[in-house]
Amino acid sequence: MSILVNKDTKLVVQGITGRDGSFHTEQMLKYGTRVVAGVTPGKGGVSVHGVPVFNTVEEAVAETQANTSVIFVPAKFAVGAVYEAIDAGVKLVVCISEGIPALEMVKITGYLKDKNCRLIGPNCPGLISPGEAKVGILPGHIFKPGNIGVISRSGTLTYEIVDNITRAGLGQSTCIGIGGDSIIGTKFIDCLELFAQDPQTEAVVLVGEIGGRDEQDTAEYIKREFKKPVFGFIAGKTAPADKRMGHAGAIISGTSGTAAEKIKAFESADIKVGETPAEVARLIKETLS
Amino acid sequence: MKIHEYQAKELFKKYGIPVPEERICHNLSEIQAAASEIGIPCVIKAQVMVGGRGKAGGIKIAKTEDEVKEYGEMILGMKIKGLEVKKVLVSEVVAIETEAYLGIVVDRTHKKVVVMSCKEGGVEIEEVARQNPEAINKVYADPVFGLFPHRARKVGLFLYSEPKVAFACASIAEKLYKLFIELDASLAEINPLVLDKSGNLIALDAKINFDDNGLYRHPDIEAMRDRFSEDENELLAREKDLSYVRLSGNIGCVVNGAGLAMATMDLVKHYGGEPANFLDIGGSSSPQKVMNALEILLKDENVRVIFFNIFGGITRCDDVANGILAAKEKLDIKQPIVARLTGTNEDKAMDILKEAGLIFASSMDEGAKKAIEVLKGV
Repeated sequence: MSILVNKDTKLVVQGITGRDGSFHTEQMLKYGTRVVAGVTPGKGGVSVHGVPVFNTVEEAVAETQANTSVIFVPAKFAVGAVYEAIDAGVKLVVCISEGIPALEMVKITGYLKDKNCRLIGPNCPGLISPGEAKVGILPGHIFKPGNIGVISRSGTLTYEIVDNITRAGLGQSTCIGIGGDSIIGTKFIDCLELFAQDPQTEAVVLVGEIGGRDEQDTAEYIKREFKKPVFGFIAGKTAPADKRMGHAGAIISGTSGTAAEKIKAFESADIKVGETPAEVARLIKETLS
Repeated sequence: MKIHEYQAKELFKKYGIPVPEERICHNLSEIQAAASEIGIPCVIKAQVMVGGRGKAGGIKIAKTEDEVKEYGEMILGMKIKGLEVKKVLVSEVVAIETEAYLGIVVDRTHKKVVVMSCKEGGVEIEEVARQNPEAINKVYADPVFGLFPHRARKVGLFLYSEPKVAFACASIAEKLYKLFIELDASLAEINPLVLDKSGNLIALDAKINFDDNGLYRHPDIEAMRDRFSEDENELLAREKDLSYVRLSGNIGCVVNGAGLAMATMDLVKHYGGEPANFLDIGGSSSPQKVMNALEILLKDENVRVIFFNIFGGITRCDDVANGILAAKEKLDIKQPIVARLTGTNEDKAMDILKEAGLIFASSMDEGAKKAIEVLKGV
């Protein structure tokens, strides 16, 4: 088993005719993901890598029974694309696009409240259940089916850590890039709740970074109720205060949101924290074998 | 994006939030003219975008004409936390009865806009949140319907027992909320909010930060950016669509992805080196982008060795390699380059770079160690 995406995932790609959308559609198809539809308003009727394109997500869902959407449209249109996906009734929306204003995310959160739909991202690499389905832009070849769940606020750093885990001979159940913005649809705790119920997942890795207090809240949750072993890494120990480090959410404000306080919170919840990405894999290997 | 206090107060005025009478001045004669217009005593405040201006001696009350000159000369041109004071605000003296804190932020945990208030003014709110969280009153706005009037009144009634003052405060909270939402702010703060001796509320200080992701729909706010108060390299990087932050070390880092870029800095430090910068060249990195990155990096004279840490996914290692090659030719790079290029098209990258005189590493740990080692010989 895995969480969120698997062999039953039927994917619609919003922005499929764009450069990124088209490229990653091909990559996802190659990985074996069931990409059943694409949407670009005004381009309905064409096909991209053999995938039929529709004018609206509603139409795509009606024709293909897509249950998951991935969004590759520019920031200005991404907000509208998220609402369209929610309204079309898909159960999972993965927003890769970067640059959505935080206040738009506040509204989207409000809209999602009474809907049976989960949003992942924005500003994220997507997620993958190795051997089953990949939704997003993660490089498929570094993943291997297995028992480690991975949740991360970043992209390439996740690949670095996953690559080390795979080289250590361990595989992953599902790996989720939750996104680098300050307001995101699905947070660490939301993913942990799903991993708690997934029998395949034996341990979880949390890849956090400076900014906000999501890691601290997560540590409290783990202390309270999460039973599986958890490993962690926090990026930004050398980051200066009040400077945005690439990701919109990666900013130490004044004295809060530092790597030190996050590592302390993790350790207080018995999470084994790696000093370096390579050490994370070593810690997992040592503990699980 | 940050703006100065005086700019924030201009926005306050536009939204009907009361501010003291004040003038922005660029030289001593403007300061003297403003002081005589506003009246002496007056306050002279350095306009730099850092906290702790008062402690650094950047805020003074001038009681005589001589003091206006003395403090004006002293504050203009002084450096506060490395930033030169180029503008000062000359402001009327407000007779303070009480000071409070009123601020609005996006609460990341609850994913809502929250109005925070505290009966103590002039405080650093994050410090209060940590040490004495009960002292902060939080009132949430509805994501769709906004800040209801009764919730704004709750803010006022928390801060002030006198109903007339409490409702005046509620009105200020509503205006501040309106500003926050309409301008895509990420922080709007009145600290302190002063109740003066005649019973009027006034925003003595003002701070507004804006969400960078929202700036595209606010060209008027973007135009307020003070380019002189930002690092030249950081400005240039933004124009080239790169994320760069200058640090004080000597190992220049070029990385794809923000998380990996931070982890690379941390790793350099972990092995005993000092990173010179944060630099994220982004996802689909063309050779030109790598060129731009190196150009910016080399403007920092502290950089003595360059460490490329690329985990190719969407980023193709051969693109990066071509960028390095082109940059080496064009920019006359004297510093040694340590390169760790792994992932998509790494073999092609090695072919491209085999004659280029680089030092290769097969992991980021090895790369960081080699960069530090090389430094010893440079």
